[in-house]
Amino acid sequence: MGLRDIAIVGTAQRPSEINSTFTSVELLLPIIQEVLTKVGIERQDIGFWCHGSCDYMSGQPFSFVAAVDAIGAWPPIIESHVEADGAFALYEAWVKLQTGEADVALVFSNGKTTSGPINRILNLQTDPYMVAPLWPGFDVLSALQARACLEAGVVTQRQMAEVAWRSQRDGKNNPFTLSGTEMSVDELLSQPLTVDPLRAHDCAIPVDGANAIILAAGDAARRLAKRPAWIRGIDHRIDTQRMGARSMIESSSATIAAQKAGVGKDRIDVAELHAPYTHQELLLRQAMGLSESTHINPSGGALVANPAMAAGLARFAEAAESVFSGSADRVLAHCTSGPLLQQNLVCVMEGE
Amino acid sequence: MSGTSSHSLKNGVFVAPLEVAFPYKRTVGTLLSRFFTSLQKCHLEGTRGSDGRVYFPPAEFDPLTGAQLDEWVTLPDTGTVTTWAWQAIPEDGQPLAHPFAWALITLDGADVPILHAVDALRSDRIATGTRVKVRWAQERIGGITDIACFDLLGGA
Repeated sequence: MGLRDIAIVGTAQRPSEINSTFTSVELLLPIIQEVLTKVGIERQDIGFWCHGSCDYMSGQPFSFVAAVDAIGAWPPIIESHVEADGAFALYEAWVKLQTGEADVALVFSNGKTTSGPINRILNLQTDPYMVAPLWPGFDVLSALQARACLEAGVVTQRQMAEVAWRSQRDGKNNPFTLSGTEMSVDELLSQPLTVDPLRAHDCAIPVDGANAIILAAGDAARRLAKRPAWIRGIDHRIDTQRMGARSMIESSSATIAAQKAGVGKDRIDVAELHAPYTHQELLLRQAMGLSESTHINPSGGALVANPAMAAGLARFAEAAESVFSGSADRVLAHCTSGPLLQQNLVCVMEGE
Repeated sequence: MSGTSSHSLKNGVFVAPLEVAFPYKRTVGTLLSRFFTSLQKCHLEGTRGSDGRVYFPPAEFDPLTGAQLDEWVTLPDTGTVTTWAWQAIPEDGQPLAHPFAWALITLDGADVPILHAVDALRSDRIATGTRVKVRWAQERIGGITDIACFDLLGGA
């Protein structure tokens, strides 16, 4: 049996906030409505719902169940949840549509990143016996990786600052991000080290956010969008949880996922990479073999707006929108999870 | 939390305490039981992977093949820093209460490094290649924190 043709046909994103006082339902409800309206369908037209979020962030087991209020459970719906970024919920929805049990799926994610100590919360994703009891946090772990890359000559401090400068410049044109600083590369390089060898601009800005995407198969996709973003390849790979056992200066899971998703088969016009640290964008570009002709993160990327558990799905929304608008024909969306790029999900989409 | 006075209003934002915890009790399995029991007795041992590499702390399953590992290797309490980062302001629960270095440390005789803290006092006293030695915790519980941190070898 061949694969079904599946495409993204609509997206909606919520502007980033700091210290949002909204509940997850209040964050989600407007963008669920917005994406349905944009695509011109009703709730009843959705055959499968899939949600990405993290219970640890709200500090309550099964808190994700509350989010069902944002989509409505009557008449009965078929829905699922991943304790991960919404990009992984999109992968599940893609698989569901492949089974033929549904033709249209709505994927959504939310993260109130600034309502808790996110750096410590994410620490709980590390090995529970060997790493988590020491409470290093993701900034420190990424700093270890950055130093290894710097000392191996894989990246330079200036290249890292250039990534930050370009991301801040492009983020200014993105209505969903917060306005960043306007420092030059040299000014950025003169800033103090926050987690030596990282500076503040090397680490993503945590924000609260939410987003939603509608996927549709075959004729349904052609009916719902003028120019659907057809998923040509999607793949998810994971490196060992033993940080010391994998190379600090490359990302083998990103390389394999990119290969399996067909990245190298043709040129990529736009790549939306989920890189929460500047050196990680450079590592990902090398791992996936992206050339200079690929426009990296025209949205500004996760570096200027990183709603935990929604930043990966935001990359899919941004990449798909560039296909909708006709500004790109072949695009890449990426999501990472875990410390030091442990997990990588890569998707290639095309317009027709 | 509910119904108590633990909530407060800070700068117009409703604030409630959030304790990040992993409040479960589990058995760690046969391999890690042996590792942690040894650690409590100040004895360091790792396991050898299918490619011959020695893991410390031990890997239960081979990261390359997934096979269960059972060849033990006794290791000394000295090693070398392979990469590091600086914690200028320590946070709750971390190994040291004053500024310190995080490092990946490969014990002599091991191939795969462990993440831990190095009590370097100042960031200019540590570098990749710096030699370090285990400092044992006074009270050991059979956990990774039985290694209190690493000291600079020779008190450099």
